[in-house]
Amino acid sequence: MPPSDLADDPQAVMSADKAAVSRALNLVEDRRPEAHTRVTELLAKLKDAPKAAGGHRVGLTGPPGVGKSTLTSVLARAVRQRGRTLGVVAVDPSSIRSGGSLLGDRARMSFDPADAGLFVRSLATAGEVGGLAYAANSAMRVLAAAFDMVVVETTGVGQSEIDIVHVADTVVLVIQPGSGDVLQFLKAGIMEIPDILVVNKADHEELAKRAVADLRGALQTAHAAGASSGQDASWETPIIATSATKGSGIDELIDALDGHRQHLEATLAARRRQGEVQWTLDLFSRKHGEHGVSTLGGLARLKARAERDLDGGQTPLSLCEHLSREYVAALGKTP
Amino acid sequence: MAEYGKRERDKPWIMRTYSGHSTAAASNELYRTNLAKGQTGLSVAFDLPTQTGYDADDPLARGEVGKVGVPVSHIGDMRALFDGLPLDQMNTSMTINATAVWLLSLYVAAAEDQGVDPSVLRGTTQNDIIKEYLSRGTHIFPPAASMRLITDLISYTVNDVPKWNPINICSYHLQEAGATPTQELAYALVTAIGVLDAVKATGRVPESEFGNVVGRMSFFVNAGIRFVEELCKMRAFVELWDRVTQERYGVTDPKQRRFRYGVQVNSLGLTEQQPENNMIRIVLEMLAVTLSKDARARAIQLPAWNEALGLPRPWDQQWSLRAQQILAYESDLLEYPDLFKGSEVVEAQTQHLVDSAWAEVQEVLKRGGAVEAVESGYIKQKLVESNAARLRAIENGDQIVVGVNKYVESAPSPLTENLDDAILTVDPEVDANQRAALGRWKEERDNAAVEQALAELQRVANTDENMMAASIAAAHAGVTTGEWANTLRQVWGEYRAPTGVAGATVKASGSGASADVIDRLRARLSELETRMGRRAKLLVGKPGLDGHSNGAEQIAIKARDVGFDVVYEGIRVSPEQIVASALEEGVHLIGLSILSGSHLALVPEVAERLRASGLGDVPLVVGGIIPDADAERLRHEGIAAVYTPKDFELDNIMSDLIDLVDRQHAAE
Repeated sequence: MPPSDLADDPQAVMSADKAAVSRALNLVEDRRPEAHTRVTELLAKLKDAPKAAGGHRVGLTGPPGVGKSTLTSVLARAVRQRGRTLGVVAVDPSSIRSGGSLLGDRARMSFDPADAGLFVRSLATAGEVGGLAYAANSAMRVLAAAFDMVVVETTGVGQSEIDIVHVADTVVLVIQPGSGDVLQFLKAGIMEIPDILVVNKADHEELAKRAVADLRGALQTAHAAGASSGQDASWETPIIATSATKGSGIDELIDALDGHRQHLEATLAARRRQGEVQWTLDLFSRKHGEHGVSTLGGLARLKARAERDLDGGQTPLSLCEHLSREYVAALGKTP
Repeated sequence: MAEYGKRERDKPWIMRTYSGHSTAAASNELYRTNLAKGQTGLSVAFDLPTQTGYDADDPLARGEVGKVGVPVSHIGDMRALFDGLPLDQMNTSMTINATAVWLLSLYVAAAEDQGVDPSVLRGTTQNDIIKEYLSRGTHIFPPAASMRLITDLISYTVNDVPKWNPINICSYHLQEAGATPTQELAYALVTAIGVLDAVKATGRVPESEFGNVVGRMSFFVNAGIRFVEELCKMRAFVELWDRVTQERYGVTDPKQRRFRYGVQVNSLGLTEQQPENNMIRIVLEMLAVTLSKDARARAIQLPAWNEALGLPRPWDQQWSLRAQQILAYESDLLEYPDLFKGSEVVEAQTQHLVDSAWAEVQEVLKRGGAVEAVESGYIKQKLVESNAARLRAIENGDQIVVGVNKYVESAPSPLTENLDDAILTVDPEVDANQRAALGRWKEERDNAAVEQALAELQRVANTDENMMAASIAAAHAGVTTGEWANTLRQVWGEYRAPTGVAGATVKASGSGASADVIDRLRARLSELETRMGRRAKLLVGKPGLDGHSNGAEQIAIKARDVGFDVVYEGIRVSPEQIVASALEEGVHLIGLSILSGSHLALVPEVAERLRASGLGDVPLVVGGIIPDADAERLRHEGIAAVYTPKDFELDNIMSDLIDLVDRQHAAE
């Protein structure tokens, strides 16, 4: 029996059986056409898992070298200490030349291998433009069915942080003292304001204070220009100084995460739905380009369509497949 | 014209052999034999649990006790190690870093027990934890805590043990990790600057006495086979250190500005093929550090000809010692003043190294200094890149290694006729015996005194008081190595250092045949991806306490460059962690790297745990210093492939790995 057959065991995934979760992740990474239907089915079954509805999906992003891996490691330990289970997806870029990748996140993490409540998976972007791997989106959904909290950690500023908005309930941007370019991006509105800002490596109190003050200034400038966090005007982005090596600021970070999750309670379903709509459109337009979009009636129409159909029980993957078939059929009709 | 040869002979350097294994008693016997053979100093090799702060009964110590050195768990072991060796007459070098404060405390306490006043002790503690993050991998604590231990030891010995060399800044391991001569010079100097700045910042040493601190700094240097360049490197060291001490620290006494260094010649370049050739390499490398009177080593230890095969026997070490003695006592080398003063070639090459190293020193200082450049991964990445270039040159044949990539034909060698007898094997009972002895020690000591000593240690760790006094008291109280380190782990935490591999860029693999090979491997992996639906994923694991990560890093980088998705976990992971990672990551293949000789304990355990987790199908390969008989046994137990230093062609290894994944996929 091919081992992948076991991947379609949503019950085992929902009970956080590590072998089942791992096989499910292997399946969602599988790009063969014959895997596609099974992925679609699996994700549909996991969609309404009890954990998935109540859980918290966190996107953690920031420029290279700011200590995201170590921060994730420390955060994971603290989350576990609070009695919650956690799944982590660590995304690293693939080499464009070789297609290979070096997934080094685990090297910076210390974890207890016997802990059934912590699961870490590294993913390569597989050369995809946009930072977040195609698979990361699905991987997040698999882990969300199994664990209380899911953290997707991704490197970069700009595109990846836009992508992460589609899958995360809460977007955390991590920088370090002296990340001047991020300040400029925020001020200029090139970058969307995250839900939580973290100044990591805040080992030197003075430097950290200054960095926090600079960020506060940048946020004010951005707000004055009309920007708001995740288009959510009622949320004020907290700025937290952490030191992953000293372990300071981690409790504040978890409190802020919980605070944002609570803040979202009423709008969470809509926010996730919005993310799914966006993902569906992304998937479709990456596959078929502008021509595909215009053939099916343009962006606004597709968006409305996605909103309706996703309410009707479709998942982004199944809907995208559906739309693809329509597009191909439409192509056949044009001369 | 006067005849130079009439001068009085210079005093020879201190001759040592890096040794220690199995137990304190066995090592004591070895030291006595070595001294009887004319060795003039001791160089203690500690086992990995002792170096990384674990007792023999810790699960992480499994398979490592007594392997690469002697286990010293408490003052009883230290007494046994130096039984009958009067410590006031010894010059003892201890290769110890993260636990240097502790081992020196045990040494001081043992001296006090012998009735020796600590102030007369002579010797060296390596105590360079910075390079552990870069190369050797026996660090425990985060950089700030490590720097505090380094400076505590220095400010203690400068006052209380004035003839002690409190730190040996190691450029040795930087070269092993791939450093070019320029990088070796630069990174050793920035480490020294980082340490001196930190000592200064403690405010514990009065300005007027700072010259004493500078004067006690010593270095531990490597010498490779390009011996003219190495000779110039030593001269460059002398010049640069004089500049740093004078300009940065204002030291006026030329004696305190002298570049004092010891050497172990390059072990990394020793070959498994035609291993007898290594003796020639060792002698050439020794010349580089002895020929210049103006830049001569003060202490030398030579590796043995068969180190790439396994642990050397006493005879092998004796052969290396004889090489030193012949040069120092038989030849006329020590009768002459400096041979190269005024040599145009040597001076120009030295100047070139001085200039390029100074530029790199400035670059690191601009980035915030050694500690910052370690934490950011800057230095590590540079080393990994240089090492990749070096290995590629050997693989391509651009750099000739006799017996390896050229002149490989050989008549049967009588020295390696019976290969399994050509190395030392450690009694497998050592592990259990040490554990039992430790149990007895813990039963017989005054546990109330131990508790009290540990409480005091913890209190001091939370302040900025010097750690030495509390550690010496703990040594007398019977505290163990694991207890000392665990107490501090609780206060300071542990640190996992940057691996330098993720960002390392490797120059395109040249052109012609080698580029074709890479292209073919990439094409095969892409084709395999199409069939498997996922890209082949490889887990590179380093089980056990061995921190020599160069091999694992280079395999990881090469595998990425031919197109694997590579999960690299860094050093010091347990078999449980490796299996947990394999399960969570959904890998197609696992590669383990072990250089400490504990492969027979660790590899089968990983295999067994994989089977128990339902991952018995995932092919497992291993690389390391693995004797043939052990390799045979591992293959028999289902290990898919065993690689040793003679497998220098990484492309071939990659091809094998792709075959393994392909075959496994076909079987499913």
